[in-house]
Amino acid sequence: MVISFLSALLILVGLVFFLGAGVGILRFPDFFSRMHAAGKGDTLSTLLIIAGFALYQMRDLANSEASVSAVLVALKMLVIIAFLYIASATSTSALAEAGWEDGNDPVIAPEHENRLSGPPESCSAAADLNRSSTHDSQP
Amino acid sequence: MTFEHFSIGVGVALLLLMIPAMCRIVMGPTTMDRIVGANMVGTKTTVLLVIIGVIFGKVDMFIDFALTYALLNFTGAIAAARYLRHKGRRGIVLVSASEESV
Repeated sequence: MVISFLSALLILVGLVFFLGAGVGILRFPDFFSRMHAAGKGDTLSTLLIIAGFALYQMRDLANSEASVSAVLVALKMLVIIAFLYIASATSTSALAEAGWEDGNDPVIAPEHENRLSGPPESCSAAADLNRSSTHDSQP
Repeated sequence: MTFEHFSIGVGVALLLLMIPAMCRIVMGPTTMDRIVGANMVGTKTTVLLVIIGVIFGKVDMFIDFALTYALLNFTGAIAAARYLRHKGRRGIVLVSASEESV
């Protein structure tokens, strides 16, 4: 009974994370922040929900009444978890790289441009700024 | 309330929470947005197959479907990412040249 409540708690926490991923993929302004929400929330919610069902499959293990097939199913669920833990991060990284090279621009406020999107002058100015700040902090 | 009823509720909630990803697939401005939404829906379909197995009491059969679907989804995402990257459209060369000038 305790294990059932624990697995239900895991599943509900996974649903909450999936709600966060859905809101993020719907409302974020550019491709990369949507990618961020989809990658993290989707992976963690999937892991939590499948872990909840695997825990429910292993509920008879404490009474040593578990059949072999139930333990095998739980092990396969753990295999799915291990696979998704690697594969979801890999596909997120590959899709983000493909989106960057496809020409998607991140939405950046004008005073917060980084050195990848700015012209080379701002790049050297930022380097000068860093150099002078380190010189100021040294003595 | 048994665990099967709870599983039905979880499946319905999962289907309802897939709607934002479906909206992103429909109205995504770029192709990559649509692929991200489809990847999300595919990952959740893996979970949904496990839930269907729990509801019908045949988890040992549906867990293989879920594992296969996870593999196919990963392969599809990697293939789409490899297919849709246009090399050189982004100014990678510009960044490296500016670094050399600095």
